[in-house]
Amino acid sequence: MKTKGKVTGIIANLVSVEVDSPVAQNEICYIYRGGVKLMAEVIKVIGKNAYVQVFESTRGLKVNDTVEFEGHMLEATLGPGLLSKNYDGLQHDLSKMDGIFLKAGDYTDALDYDVDWEFTPLVKVGDEITAGCWIGEVPENWINHKIMVPFKLTGTYTVKSIVEKGVYKIKDTIAVVTDGDGNSINLSMEQKWPVKMAITAYKDKPRPFKIMETGVRSIDTFNPIAEGSTGFIPGPFGCGKTVLQHAISKQAEADLIIVAACGERANEVVEIFAEFPHLDDPRTGRKLMERTTIIANTSNMPVAAREASVYTAMTIAEYYRGMGLKVLLLADSTSRWAQALREMSNRLEELPGPDAFPMDLPAVIANFYARAGLVYLNNGQTGSVTFIGTVSPAGGNLKEPVTESTKKAARCFYALSQQRADGKRYPAIDPMDSYSKYLEYPEIIDYLNETIDAKWVETVLKAKNFVQRGKEAYEQINILGDDGVPVEYHDRFWKAELIDFIILQQDAFDKIDASTPLLRQKFMLDLIVGICDNPFKFEHFEECSTFYKGLINSLKQMNYSVYESEEFFKFEEEVKSIINERKA
Amino acid sequence: METKAFQKIYTQLVGITKATCSLRAQGVANEELAMVHGRLAQVVKIIGDVVTLQVFGGTEGIPTNAEVIFYGEPPKLKVGDDLAGRFFNAYGEPLFGSTDVEGSPKEIGGPSVNPLRRKQPSELIATGIAGIDLNNTLVTGQKIPFFADPDQPYNQVMANVALRAKADKIILGGMGLTNDDFLYFKNVFENAGALDRIICFVNTTEQPPVERLLVPDMALTAAEYFATEKNEKVLVLLTDMTLYADALSIVSNRMDQIPSKDSMPGSLYSDLAKVYEKAVQFPDGGSITIIAVTTLSGGDITHAIPDNTGYITEGQLFLRKDSDTNKVIVDPFRSLSRLKQLVIGKKTREDHPQVMNAAVRLYADAANAKTKLENGFDLSEYDERCLKFAHDYSLRLLAIDINIDIDAMLNQTWELFAKYFTKAEVAIRQEFVKKYWPAEQ
Repeated sequence: MKTKGKVTGIIANLVSVEVDSPVAQNEICYIYRGGVKLMAEVIKVIGKNAYVQVFESTRGLKVNDTVEFEGHMLEATLGPGLLSKNYDGLQHDLSKMDGIFLKAGDYTDALDYDVDWEFTPLVKVGDEITAGCWIGEVPENWINHKIMVPFKLTGTYTVKSIVEKGVYKIKDTIAVVTDGDGNSINLSMEQKWPVKMAITAYKDKPRPFKIMETGVRSIDTFNPIAEGSTGFIPGPFGCGKTVLQHAISKQAEADLIIVAACGERANEVVEIFAEFPHLDDPRTGRKLMERTTIIANTSNMPVAAREASVYTAMTIAEYYRGMGLKVLLLADSTSRWAQALREMSNRLEELPGPDAFPMDLPAVIANFYARAGLVYLNNGQTGSVTFIGTVSPAGGNLKEPVTESTKKAARCFYALSQQRADGKRYPAIDPMDSYSKYLEYPEIIDYLNETIDAKWVETVLKAKNFVQRGKEAYEQINILGDDGVPVEYHDRFWKAELIDFIILQQDAFDKIDASTPLLRQKFMLDLIVGICDNPFKFEHFEECSTFYKGLINSLKQMNYSVYESEEFFKFEEEVKSIINERKA
Repeated sequence: METKAFQKIYTQLVGITKATCSLRAQGVANEELAMVHGRLAQVVKIIGDVVTLQVFGGTEGIPTNAEVIFYGEPPKLKVGDDLAGRFFNAYGEPLFGSTDVEGSPKEIGGPSVNPLRRKQPSELIATGIAGIDLNNTLVTGQKIPFFADPDQPYNQVMANVALRAKADKIILGGMGLTNDDFLYFKNVFENAGALDRIICFVNTTEQPPVERLLVPDMALTAAEYFATEKNEKVLVLLTDMTLYADALSIVSNRMDQIPSKDSMPGSLYSDLAKVYEKAVQFPDGGSITIIAVTTLSGGDITHAIPDNTGYITEGQLFLRKDSDTNKVIVDPFRSLSRLKQLVIGKKTREDHPQVMNAAVRLYADAANAKTKLENGFDLSEYDERCLKFAHDYSLRLLAIDINIDIDAMLNQTWELFAKYFTKAEVAIRQEFVKKYWPAEQ
């Protein structure tokens, strides 16, 4: 028997419902408006009144309209076929919706139930299994999609029967398992999981110990992000947040990318829809769209579903992590999600925290970021969810609550600076304000020194120091004037500019420069730091700037040339001769 | 709107604030319209049998025994070809004594477009103003505001842009427009002989502020009709969105909501996004482009209204008075069109992106030279040339009274490059320099 209720009050998308039987916090319900079902979630209960947030416009809703409760929380549907899909925040397939305009209550299936999947069993009758165990696999695009024992099952089960290798549909029973009491449970290729709960069907979650290459130099070289870690990118509008996120999603060394477009511009999502099906994935040679799933809740789509969208995306990411894959989850932007929380908290008349955000905002953000991570699965393999969120700080002020709370939760911080963006120095990641905690992890330092070069971390820190000293020199020059400081200050300033122009700045729209593999990053960093180590002597500050400008020009051409091509070495020779001339 | 027979009339209000009133009523739907004491109102809150109405015309003089009639439907606009060439008030009622519109009623503030059904914008909108076409090219389906101080001529620029853009329909949504500005728009459109392409929904400063909340929805509902039913290119002008946001804050304040930054409602971002995201390129050729005005106070873009707007819109256009040339120019540093990448060098001449960047970079060098000068440092010979370039560049390209096509803009910029700089200083890709650098005279 489902719990039923009737509407007693409406304020925007907050609706109060008088219920006749028990309801649970976060339980899903449907409100019947005429012939249309509107999905909603319980967010507060007082006495017989349940307060629900409706995932649709509440226009036309009346007091006394019927409500039916579903007996479960908001759930993601998990199974083969999630890849390449475009979902809304509640995991309804956008491509299955008719018409140009979204219709309230137009709920479409997340998976395609009439598609045939080629199933290969991985267990046999009599095997003991637990939640998350791989019982079989089906090929999905280029990955082996593992069919897992539903995460909801607790305890140990025995395989009673399993189908032969062959072609099956998602809802077909592929295995029967029995619990300790001999009760049989039928398993299909589909399972459901409440999005607000973390999937924890793994053995262990160690500290991240390897880095995830993104091809973006100011990330990989300066502040690397570890596989299974968390990072965030705050920045005022117009600083290139979206371009940077798109670059990461195209280039990152991940098996799968889940993009949650959360409360952002629709045309940006359209860009992904338009480009990804045509872009090649450099690692597999297939189309990027084949490894991508998009959860789109653009800013004009219902506010409550915005919050759901990031959780839905995280749940899908965790699901694929359970198959031993490297998943990268991108959310643009988590501020919009926080704003959705604020709108609801406001309507619930809760006492507000800073800037009218709910008091538990830091906790909500911290819990969400904590779901990312590298894990050892029960079968000993590893899988990971790396999470990068963007934050859109109000007024560009990094002291606002969402940025502050996120700073406490995320381990990598990529501050986009307005000043750099104004100077067209892209990516506008500030080299001094940004940080990666992983550069302090001994296991990461060992990893970097082993895989790249024994002196890698030392060289990186040296480069950072050059940038720092250059910045200080620049401040002095600004105060005292070009000839008010020793020429050596100009030399320091220009060494920092050299690192800025050649290592930090990167042209996201250039075919070659857009993505730099680690090996090439090492080559360039060694070259640049090698140059910076030279104690050049100049008579006059103009001589200094002319020398470095010429150097930067030739080095830039190296960045634009194919690595180790004839052209590349030609420009390297040019650089060497400029330096030798100077030394002589 | 006329009342229907056998409608229940309520006559007892239980509460009145400056913008809302409440009463006990049954069977009322959320967001439906009502008439309170002869004024239009909309349901904004229902708690049990107490219904709260937002009275668009303000509640001045409404007695507790006022007559309240519910219409049983949300606000609608009659849409049809008959809309063209007409002026309406915020309720969609024709002004200047013209007859009722023939057409079918459509709910305003309707659903959003499925993002998957949108098309990537790719059609350029030429305005003749180089500060826009050259540096911040506009594209159909884009949404972009002018960020301007109240003393700047944004309405004039907008009217110019509207008339020059080859749009099939121009829909003006005026919110808190002074009567003078309204008459200005009306005159300009009439004189241009463009009236058959124009539709106006206007709330002037003489009218109650809460009415404004209807204007963008009215304008955009009309726009959606022409863009989807007729596959037309529709340009929607919204001025001034700051006053729209102010009206939002009045209502939320009267409903005892906790204000967030700058006394604005916590839902400001979503409220503005609902308006701006109506800008769209439809797959069948129709499009809605929104050019809006957000007035600033003292150029402060960190205020909640411009800040939230900037996160929603696809760039912004800044106007600035340039003291060196005594012209109003489109500021090349602070202005940005996020969608220009989709058309420049593709729909325009190949050298467009490089010429644009080089000119802005040299203009920035001039700005640095100016700072040096102001701080009492000596100028180099290069600095001097930059300053001269900046003067000509502002006068011949950035000023808003320019009206030339994009090829002419590019040629003029090349001329300025050749006049003041060497090829190396301009640093543009070799093949373009060969092709476009003006021949020595």
